[in-house]
This record gives sequence, C-alpha cells and structure tokens, in this order.
Amino acid sequence: MSTLAMPRARVINAYLEEMRSECLRYLRNPGFMLPTMLFPTVFYLMFGVFLARQGGEAARYLLAAYGTFGVMAPGLFGFGVSFSMERENGMLTLKRAQPMPPFAYIAAKMAMAMVVAAGVLTLLVLLAVFVAHVPVTGRQIAALYLANVPGVLPFCALGLLLGTLVKGQGAPALINMIYLPMAFLSGLWFPVTALPRALQQIAPVLPSYHLNALALDAVDIVQVQALPHVAMLAAFTVAMSWLAARRLRKVG
Amino acid sequence: MASSDGALARLHQASKSYGKVRALDGVDLALRGGELLALLGPNGAGKTTAIGLLLGLLRADAGTVELFGRDPQAIQARRHIGVMLQDAHLPATLRVGELIRLASSYYPTPRSVQESADLAGVADLLKRPYGKLSGGQQRRVQFALALCGRPKLLFLDEPTVGMDIEARQKLWAAIRHLVAEGNGVVLTTHYLEEAEALADRVCVMARGRVISEGSVDALRARVAMKRVRCSTQLPIEIIAAWPGVVDIDREGTRLCIATEHAEAVVRRLLALDAELSGLEVRAAGLAEAFTELTRDDAVASLQEAA
Repeated sequence: MSTLAMPRARVINAYLEEMRSECLRYLRNPGFMLPTMLFPTVFYLMFGVFLARQGGEAARYLLAAYGTFGVMAPGLFGFGVSFSMERENGMLTLKRAQPMPPFAYIAAKMAMAMVVAAGVLTLLVLLAVFVAHVPVTGRQIAALYLANVPGVLPFCALGLLLGTLVKGQGAPALINMIYLPMAFLSGLWFPVTALPRALQQIAPVLPSYHLNALALDAVDIVQVQALPHVAMLAAFTVAMSWLAARRLRKVG
Repeated sequence: MASSDGALARLHQASKSYGKVRALDGVDLALRGGELLALLGPNGAGKTTAIGLLLGLLRADAGTVELFGRDPQAIQARRHIGVMLQDAHLPATLRVGELIRLASSYYPTPRSVQESADLAGVADLLKRPYGKLSGGQQRRVQFALALCGRPKLLFLDEPTVGMDIEARQKLWAAIRHLVAEGNGVVLTTHYLEEAEALADRVCVMARGRVISEGSVDALRARVAMKRVRCSTQLPIEIIAAWPGVVDIDREGTRLCIATEHAEAVVRRLLALDAELSGLEVRAAGLAEAFTELTRDDAVASLQEAA
C-alpha cells in the first residue's frame, strides 16, 4: 500500500461532481432561487416594461442594466451567504478534512453562480423580447450573455470576501447593504450622469460599473473599449480573492 | 505509506495553544491498522484538538503530526481517511444517494454508492433529501460518507449521538466489520459502554495530556477498587469499620462493599457468616475507571495550583 495516485480523470470527475451537487442543491432551494430570480425580473417588469416610455434605446438600456443587476446577486449571495453559513455550520470543516480537491469548492460555487446568472439573464431576455418587444438582435443578446455570465465572477470574489468577514445569519444583511447601494451608484437604475457629481466619482471603482459598461456595449447603447473594463474586473476579482484568502489563513 | 512501526498516523510531542489556553500539551499518540482506539476525556480535554491536528484542520505549535507518513494537509494523505465530524451540517436539499456519490468522487477507488449505503444501513434512504431525515438517520448517512472511499483510517467523532439502541448496535457491527478488514478507527465518545464494546485500546485525555493509555482491561485494572456484594446477617456498622473497606451501601437486601482488598474482605465475611449468600465480586467498569482517573487528575491539578 503506497500512496494511491488519483488518476487525472477522477480528479476532474471530483470537480464535476462538486459542481453538479452545488447546482442541484441551490436549484432546489427556493429560499435562494426565488429572490435571486424574482428581484431583477420584477424590477425590470415594473421599471423597464410598464413604467418605461416606449423607445428602442431606453428599453435596451434597461435590459442591459437590469441584466447586470441580476447577475450580481448569484455571485454575492450564492457565494457570500453560503460561504459564511458553511463556515459556521461545520460543512466547510468537513470538506477540509475530506480529500476534496482544494479548488473544487470554489469552482463549484462559481459554476453554480454562472448557471444561475444565465438563468436570470434568460428570464430578462424573454421578458424583453416577448413582453416589452424590445428591439434587440440575436447578436446583441449573445454579446450580453458573453459579458454578463462570466461577469458574475468579480461578485463571487466580493461575496467570498464578505463571507469571511461575517459568520452565519449576519451575511445577508451585510451583503444587501453593499448590493443595493452598489447597483445604485453604478448607474444600473438611472445613468451615472444623473447622480450628484460627488457620487459620480465613486462609480469607476465599482465592478458593477465596469460590467454594466460591457453590457451596454453589448446592446449597442455605447461603444467602449472592452479591454480596460475587462482588466478592471479581473483586477478586482484577483484583489478580492487575495484578501479573502489572506483573511481565511488568519481566521480559518 | 505507514511508518516503520506500522502506525498509520501519529502525534509526537504535539502541542497546540489557543491564546493562553494550552489545549494540547506534548501528546504522543499512534494509530494503527486493525485496531480501534477510543479517545476519552471530559470536555476540553483536548480530544477535538488532537483529531483536528491529525486531520490537518489545525497546525501544531510544536511537535510533529503525521498522517500516512505525510503532512495531514497533503491531500494524498487524506485520501486514505474517512471522517465523521461531530456537528457537520450537510446540504439539506441533496438526496442521500447524491451525498454519497459526491463524497465518493474524492477518492481514487471508492465503494459503489449501494455498497456504502448497505454498510451504513441507509440503503432504504437513498432517494430521501438529507434535510428530511431524523438525527439518527443523518448520523448514519454521515457514517456512509466516512466509509465510502475505502479508507484505511476512520475518524469517528461521537458517531452514535442521537441514535436509538438498534441503530447504535448496527453501527457498532459495521465498525467492527471495518476493523476486522484491517482498517484503523479512532473513536471519540461520551458513551463509555461504546468504548467498552468496541475499543482495542483506550486513551484517556485530560487537560491537554494523555493520562492513561492501554487496553480496556488494563485501564480497568488500573483502578484497584472492587465491589463486593452479598446478603449477610452481619451488621453494616461492623463491616464498615474493617480495615480496607472504603465505602459500604445497602442495595435492597444486599450490601455493596467498596474495597481495594476484596480477597481479605471476602475471607472475613465467609468466616463470620456461614449463612452468607449471593456473593459477587466485580472489578470496576470502564465508567468507574474513567471517573477515578479524571478525578485523580482534577485533584492533581488542584494541588498543582495550590
């Protein structure tokens, strides 16, 4: 009996099983799925469909902005709340004792957040096309998915960091206090230029502002250079993950 | 890879402090295959810390910790172990079969889901969501997760809490089966009869140290106190005054005499009372031995403090 080598295929299988479990687990959890799916769709229905004046440009703007708003939640809540709960209730401890591949836990949560983000986005697109009759092309919709589905990752990293700061029940409150102001200050409900000048300065440090720029570009509201925004989002993701890892090493 | 003396895992002079509290103070412990080691001790004795070190959840401040010849934080080492922790919540919306399937995926050559479920006695629960199970059923599912990877060493932390007698007996049988296959098991428990029923070796901890280690019989023998029971006409006050009699009680129609010199007391009883009946001499059980050991230790700590 020497050390059992784990064939690569089985390691990959462990990652896939972890992702499968994480997705199943949350898709069956109405306490997570309902608010995550309904908040952005109901907001969009109210402000983007019923209350919005007709017109292609405004309707596309709102679709992109609510898309950004919608994908923030699975990252922030899916990661932050579940991570802080699992730190408290012993599940993370068990996983650390089991021979789970070290990044499977994080990778599974990221996969889950992206699946849910794609789900939210799909609901919004369906509402936009079939209820609001927003004039969007197939190419614009594809570009929106391309921006917003991976765009959930910086919010996963932020959620991870927040999850290391609070344990258990405190997490949802803390995350809401960050989620909603962040959406507001990034111009997801009305353009940043409509905000007081002082508040406008904050937007460029928020990941939601950069993600929204990519989303607006996707539906041809604005034309932006993608690279600087992608770089900002990537840097934000790395910084948050690094802070979270550092804090975890300290507090466990 | 096991080390030269056949130990699968070991602590050597391991110490761990939380602030000023010394949770573990120079502990030596070796875990071997084919053997069940029961780790006993009052709360705060250091059992959880010792296990935390062996599982790689904690880092020792001093001393060495080895799991299959490696650092326990190396995943290769942990692929040989199965774990059942004391209070771990599992996702309530996942079904039992899904949980076993996931845990099995972490190991190179796991058992089939069905085999794990059969061994742990949860084959009838495979389709049920974990959150809908009773506490005892959840513990059995956690046991299935611990054994699904064909581990050579199992860590079972209070495995039978919340189980009814039948479920407990089944779990004991499964544990015996795993030990008979040559696997090592580390068991912490509050139920001394559980340690008595299962353990090959018992390690008693108190205040971060191992205060006694050996077989259940050896541990019992360390407590010299024996109990002599009999029905006799002799007055209780007379016997109480005999040398070597520590304590005497009336139990219904019988007397119960606690003494370290059972032979001398019995000889005297028989000599004085020809009518004596229902004689019984018993060594202390593990429970008494445990109480005695930890009490001695508490006394020692008081004297140290004084």
